[in-house]
Amino acid sequence: MNDRGTRVLRLDALARVEGEAALHLRVKGDTVAETRLRIYEPPRFFEAFLTGRGHTEPPDITARICGICPVAYQMSACRAIENACGVTVDGPLAELRRLLYCGEWIESHTLHIYLLHAPDFLGRADVVELARDQRAAVERGLRLKQAGNAIVEQLGGRPVHPVNVRVGGFYRTPGREELRPLAERLRQAREDALESVRWAAAFDFPDAVCDHDLLALRDPGRYAIDSGTPAVMAAQGQDPALREFPLADFEQHVQEGQVPHSTARTAALDGRRYLTGPLARYAINGRWLHPVAAEAARDAGLGDPLTGAVCDNPFRSIVVRAVEVVQAIEEALRIIGGYERPPRPAVEVPPRQASGTGATEAPRGLLYHRYALTEDGTITEARIVPPTAQNQTAIEEDVRKAVQARLETAGPAADDEELTHLCERAIRNHDPCISCAAHFLDVTVEHT
Amino acid sequence: MSRRVVVIGVGNPLRGDDGVGPAAVEALRGRVPDGTVLTVSDGEPARMLDVWRGADTVVVVEALRARPARPGELHTLTAADAASQTAATASTHALGLGECLALAEALGQLPQRLVVHAVEVADVELGAPLSEAVRSALPELIDRVAASVRQGHGANHEQ
Repeated sequence: MNDRGTRVLRLDALARVEGEAALHLRVKGDTVAETRLRIYEPPRFFEAFLTGRGHTEPPDITARICGICPVAYQMSACRAIENACGVTVDGPLAELRRLLYCGEWIESHTLHIYLLHAPDFLGRADVVELARDQRAAVERGLRLKQAGNAIVEQLGGRPVHPVNVRVGGFYRTPGREELRPLAERLRQAREDALESVRWAAAFDFPDAVCDHDLLALRDPGRYAIDSGTPAVMAAQGQDPALREFPLADFEQHVQEGQVPHSTARTAALDGRRYLTGPLARYAINGRWLHPVAAEAARDAGLGDPLTGAVCDNPFRSIVVRAVEVVQAIEEALRIIGGYERPPRPAVEVPPRQASGTGATEAPRGLLYHRYALTEDGTITEARIVPPTAQNQTAIEEDVRKAVQARLETAGPAADDEELTHLCERAIRNHDPCISCAAHFLDVTVEHT
Repeated sequence: MSRRVVVIGVGNPLRGDDGVGPAAVEALRGRVPDGTVLTVSDGEPARMLDVWRGADTVVVVEALRARPARPGELHTLTAADAASQTAATASTHALGLGECLALAEALGQLPQRLVVHAVEVADVELGAPLSEAVRSALPELIDRVAASVRQGHGANHEQ
């Protein structure tokens, strides 16, 4: 072992991560002594912001948490409020919500795949460099993303921070005819989506195995997006392999703790490290993928989802995301195909004194909301647990492992630049979203 | 073949001075000729490209971080200027305005005329209001944007 003393890598801003985060890595000789991901996390600010507001306000306010996944915040908020008020939204209104959510999955995943993640695998500094020599691929990504945008704009009323969603449903629902152009666009997008899977599957993937427990909603019969019961697939060898718990018990299972190095709380699931997001969804819901998406997954080397295949290489998350885009397109086409305009755009949600929980699958993972209401609907407590905060510990572990593996590799020692790049790659695998942020690109490396 | 003039206010109103773009666009409502598209954006490149598709003139209003800082100072940049200032733009998205413009250029999707009116920020803290420096600069900023809009319509008119 060659002791090169202690060195510290400080990445004050992570390039191509949505928002603000910083990484502190301490290497002692050939061992990673410390990995601290610092996340600046706005949802907590919103918890205070929501207190004292009316029960109809959270969908509009929480949509502001994220420019990339506002629908996720709206949907979890609606479910939690409706749960508190004893209202169930089903039928065509629930289908429309799912359609809107599919639009967000398409645009959010495609943004990550093409604009943020692919440059890592193709040795390009960023998407601009990528566009110069793979113009057709980048154009395909933008086309796909715009198809997702079109759904969100049509149902949400505008492209950013949709305004058409309300507790109980929508302010206005579209007629059957209005959705027809979307279907045409989605049929074309399906080809682009399948090409994305093939494109990403051909990348060169470093060897890596993540051994976190996996958490995703489970909605037997369909791939969970907007509803389901929390399900945990234990890391290999742990018992029981799969278990569920009622959403009402979420905060008993997911214990959040404060750490000094981050404004985000870190989370443990029954005392263990866990991961939520595409890898977890694919492991838990893969058997319910649409046949076209399942076939794409098999062809991409992800194993057979129908027999419960699990993808445990975090670098391959880009392929899983690409498969989920195919799934979202198929699902959107199915919904549009069977759509009949509901008799009214929303159901009444009269307030009552109660507490309610709601969770949906945001593109980056399970997003949990809880609200306590007074009799007149005033919010007395709000709790929002976003996926990035839940994944923080798992991401730190993946970074530690990736750097440790590199330090143990024979041959020339890794310099700071190489380690920095490796850290960023390991983090970008998880597409952490530290939303609502101003974004600065400066990166500094500091020696001690 | 539309001859559109599009104004895009980029930024996040919940992040102090980062909200100056949306604030300027709001102030312009009712004060620009018909046929002007006023829109706000988080600056995400695919959306930006979508918004200016088919437009001849695009006016972007953006917050900018410079060192050394002179908060409230106004800058008028061409697309090429802005594309080279990737590290100094402050916005709410994964890629800055600079990268967005560079990407558009690489893909041949830059509008015919694009001008960026930017304001140097003082404070982009979450929940902060516009700073005094940026607030004082707002009237002049709005005048400049309105002038660019008029110019855009004039140029379109001549064609």
